[in-house]
Amino acid sequence: MNSKKLKNNQPLLEINDLKIEGFSDEFWHPIIKGIDLKLQRGEVLGLIGESGAGKSTLGLAAMGYTQPGCRITGGSISFDGKELIGMPEHNKRKLWGTRITYVAQSAAASFNPAHRLINQTTAAKIRAKISDEKSAKEDARELFKTLQLPEHNTIGERYPHQVSGGQLQRVMTAMAMSPRPDLIIFDEPTTALDVTTQVEVLAAMKDIVKEFNTAAIYITHDLAVVAQMADFIKVLRYGEEVEQAKTRVMLDAPEEEYTKSLWSVRSIQKEEEKSDDVVLSLRNIDASYGAGIKVLDNVSINVSRGKTLAVVGESGSGKSTAARVITGLLPQQNGEILFNNIELSKVLRDRSKDQKRQIQMIYQMADTAMNPRQTVGEIIGRPLEFYLSLKGDEKEKRIIELLELIELDETFIDRLPSELSGGQKQRICIARALAANPEIIICDEVTSALDQIVQEGILKLLMRLQREMGITYIFITHDISTVRAISDEVVVMFQGKVVEQGLKSEIFSPPHPEYTNLLLSSVPEMDPDWLTSLVARRDQN
Amino acid sequence: MTDKPSTYSATAEVAYKRIRRTRWQRIKLSLSKAPPTAWFGMIVIFLYIICAVFAPFLAPYGEAEVFPEPFAPWSSEFIFGTDQIGRDILSRMIYGARNTVSIAVATTALAFLIGGTLGLAAAINRSWLDQFLSRSVDVLMAIPSLIFALVLLSIFGSTITNLILIIAVLDSTRVFRLTRAVSLNVVVMDYVEAARLRGEGLGWIMRREILPNIMPPLIAEFGLRFCFVFLTIAALSFLGVGIQPPTADWGSMVRENASLIMFAQYDLKAGLTPLLPAGAIALLTVAVNFVVDWFLHKTSGLRDEQ
Amino acid sequence: MHPVIRTVFGRLGMGVVTLFVVSIIIFLSMEFLPGDFGQAILGQSALPETVAAFRRELGLDQPPIVRYFQWVSAVLQGDLGTSFSGRNASGVDRSREVIDLVLPRLRNTLFLASIAAMIAVPLSLVLGVSAALYRNTVYDRSINMATLTTISFPEFFVAYLLILFFASLYPFFPSLANVDSDTLFPERLYRAALPALTLTLVIVAHMMRMTRAAIINLLASPYIQMARLSGASSTEVILKHALPNAWAPIATVIAFNLAYLVVGVVVVEVVFVYPGIGQLMVDAVAMRDIPVVQGCALIFAATYILLNLIADIIGIITNPRLLHPR
Repeated sequence: MNSKKLKNNQPLLEINDLKIEGFSDEFWHPIIKGIDLKLQRGEVLGLIGESGAGKSTLGLAAMGYTQPGCRITGGSISFDGKELIGMPEHNKRKLWGTRITYVAQSAAASFNPAHRLINQTTAAKIRAKISDEKSAKEDARELFKTLQLPEHNTIGERYPHQVSGGQLQRVMTAMAMSPRPDLIIFDEPTTALDVTTQVEVLAAMKDIVKEFNTAAIYITHDLAVVAQMADFIKVLRYGEEVEQAKTRVMLDAPEEEYTKSLWSVRSIQKEEEKSDDVVLSLRNIDASYGAGIKVLDNVSINVSRGKTLAVVGESGSGKSTAARVITGLLPQQNGEILFNNIELSKVLRDRSKDQKRQIQMIYQMADTAMNPRQTVGEIIGRPLEFYLSLKGDEKEKRIIELLELIELDETFIDRLPSELSGGQKQRICIARALAANPEIIICDEVTSALDQIVQEGILKLLMRLQREMGITYIFITHDISTVRAISDEVVVMFQGKVVEQGLKSEIFSPPHPEYTNLLLSSVPEMDPDWLTSLVARRDQN
Repeated sequence: MTDKPSTYSATAEVAYKRIRRTRWQRIKLSLSKAPPTAWFGMIVIFLYIICAVFAPFLAPYGEAEVFPEPFAPWSSEFIFGTDQIGRDILSRMIYGARNTVSIAVATTALAFLIGGTLGLAAAINRSWLDQFLSRSVDVLMAIPSLIFALVLLSIFGSTITNLILIIAVLDSTRVFRLTRAVSLNVVVMDYVEAARLRGEGLGWIMRREILPNIMPPLIAEFGLRFCFVFLTIAALSFLGVGIQPPTADWGSMVRENASLIMFAQYDLKAGLTPLLPAGAIALLTVAVNFVVDWFLHKTSGLRDEQ
Repeated sequence: MHPVIRTVFGRLGMGVVTLFVVSIIIFLSMEFLPGDFGQAILGQSALPETVAAFRRELGLDQPPIVRYFQWVSAVLQGDLGTSFSGRNASGVDRSREVIDLVLPRLRNTLFLASIAAMIAVPLSLVLGVSAALYRNTVYDRSINMATLTTISFPEFFVAYLLILFFASLYPFFPSLANVDSDTLFPERLYRAALPALTLTLVIVAHMMRMTRAAIINLLASPYIQMARLSGASSTEVILKHALPNAWAPIATVIAFNLAYLVVGVVVVEVVFVYPGIGQLMVDAVAMRDIPVVQGCALIFAATYILLNLIADIIGIITNPRLLHPR
């Protein structure tokens, strides 16, 4: 592997004062405002930042590629001594797919549905005449094996839609690896995967990058993940660099305020409280969509008044379905739901207005949870009119009170959702739920789509509201650290069944049922050695 | 870790936000960036509307006023000559604007009323009503509309009411499909579900939640449907089964004067006469298409390479 | 059974059902004829007995369901009824079989439509794909303008423009397309040149725009960007990556426009007095000759349904998800 290495100590990739602009809303806006970056061969750089920080744009620029609607306005990008800005496209193309490769965020969308996987994996290598078809395909199968894909000899014959998401992500990694490139750009490759799948994919990626001594840029917003993969980390914010340091240094002693705030997100640690006052109870609930398999199987859950119950599970666990059954959107086939000891009708239409008022819901994507044509005042005002029959001045007053509760002020009343930031949007959704004076608020992955700092703000707000107003939360999430932070009791779900339910301290301390064990251990921690030791532990078992 | 004083404040959150502009500012901005074709289209449409509204003041003679000389050549007395009975062509063309355009607008509006409401209902229902309406529309659309219109007109007769009703019903199928498709995108949004959870009635959800969010494609479709309806009515009139004489209508005027075209070698102006009403039809349709094309380009958010 | 075959059979079944429902609609239209219809056809001087005999002959005294099945079974055997023209008040019946009127006209129309299709389809595909590839260049913008203008024109406008230039001012071609069963092929071609040209222009404009839109839509897919990032050249991206996924949308565009051709043919035949099925139908409508109208409508509808069915099926057999199920 060393034969391809250093002719001299020149960095493999060098970016100087790069400026990029994007076109939207009829004008050009700066996306990258002057960034420097140096990458030596075999080094892994972690690029982190919140959404809008410009990470993806920077990652693509490192290849010399600008997306439609973007343009480079300054600086230089130099790969192996050659300047990429201004290089004619056909020369850049010779680098792409062979010396620089790219792993996209959504493998499912990035594979051509009409071609077999093995052909797509080996296409670039064959085209560049690095090897002939036969040896390229053999090598690809070996890569599949290294990446621990099932049936590595035959999986290549399949089409993208016949293979699962996690497997596709690994195939894409094999495709990026097959020409033995000098540089791979990983663009949020595990963001869309379940946490248990993510572990395997991460381990495979880390091993293969080390084995072939490939340089890599690993883009993510997840701090714990980047801690596993990168040699050094660069933090981006609003298109500018905030800080850069070696991984261990940055984890132990970050310098900038902003970096510190990213790192210390999990500062919330709620003391659990026990209570026997059950406000909502699900008993033996079975549910399914249509005539298919059961999505909920004999589910029984008790929710204590004024406390936070976290419902945790991965995709397919049934946690969101449980929310739909509670609110009445999906009638259950068996079992009953008791609210304050009165049975709730399984059909939404038959429930009383007061029953509907008492259980409110907040959604994951605040963008689609609010009508883009209504102002904040109208969004918060409608439940006040509808449930509490407030009008005129009374209503105005209450709206302002609610805005203050969510730490915003009255200048927000006339704004449209498109004029709010992600965190502000979610706060308005919280205010909308509060406006009904509910007993229970169901939070369906409400912080999952938000950046770390914003998450912390929202969670703190929710905790404060609970302390002041005694609201009960049913908090649905897949993120273990959130569960640890805010819950009193926890329900773990897997494939439609309840695996265990109990106080937070009970759930988090061993002994665990097998699935809980798998789930808890798969959550990345802020320790660079976590992944290696986890893999070693699992290999031993 | 201890709870350190937070430098974070919700109101101070700065993320990428759209710059808020009033509706007037937005309109002015779009107009300033409009391509010349869109301007051309808007000016032409405006002129046609003037013509239609002020027809009695603009036309030199009456709509059905007959003069002694049929097929008179272009002159200062009859700017475009007279037709096969002896009526002034220019006057009939001006009145034709009023007749043809207003009938087309009425038909399109009716088609939208029917197709739009049913499309919304189907999207909200998403079960039996949706299936029933979609299948019915599939069957109706299996017959080409011109043919179907011909069949129905041959049976019911070609009165203006029949014309409007038949074409409106036939065209509502396309409006139905479009409304249903865009409404389906909106109906699955969480804010519609939130409204349903609240217990909002069907009317509220249609009017306040869905309708405001599907306006742009509907407006564009109105323009396109108008063109289609306009051309279909013109074609039917040209074939003799649409608007009947003596009402001035561009389609039938083409048919009435068609024989003049072979005289072009001898008298170019006479030969051009049948092309005038046809050209009037074409000009309006081109104008509307240009404007709709620009509108779609703006609202679809298609990013073009700069 | 392989899902593809199952889906195709399903579509075929749907097509047959649609055709039946359409036939019911066309048949039912007869039900709405006004009461004195018999009188209107035979003329004012017809005696009441003649009118009654006429009505009996049409079977108007039998329940609709019976009549419908009689009609359908007749149609399936090739009998579309008899034309109303040729009957007169005296009761003498010189009417002809609808099928005898329709078949030669159908042949002429198919001839005309085929010429137009053979030129229009390849031309539109080439123009549409190239416009999508060279998006927003002068080439693309000018084609866009030209086609947008053309699709706004009524067919008779295009037809008369062509007549003005190529038959009147510079008489290269005849303005009246008189063909009959004896016309030889080269002569046929010459006489039908202008109508074919009109149809071609109209269809190319529509088809090219739709093809362009479909290709642009396809090119926006993430896997196309991925292909570029793996070093594929533009040619390779188009031919190897975009094309296999383009068959379905393009087939839909072609079928849709061929169906449009079916409609456009009517106006063109009237302008050029071309003896096709479109002109036959228009004349029959003017004379309220209901059996002829019904027969022509049925044929048009069947063609339309068939073309859409073919587009559907092409979309199915080129869909990789159906070809290679999990």
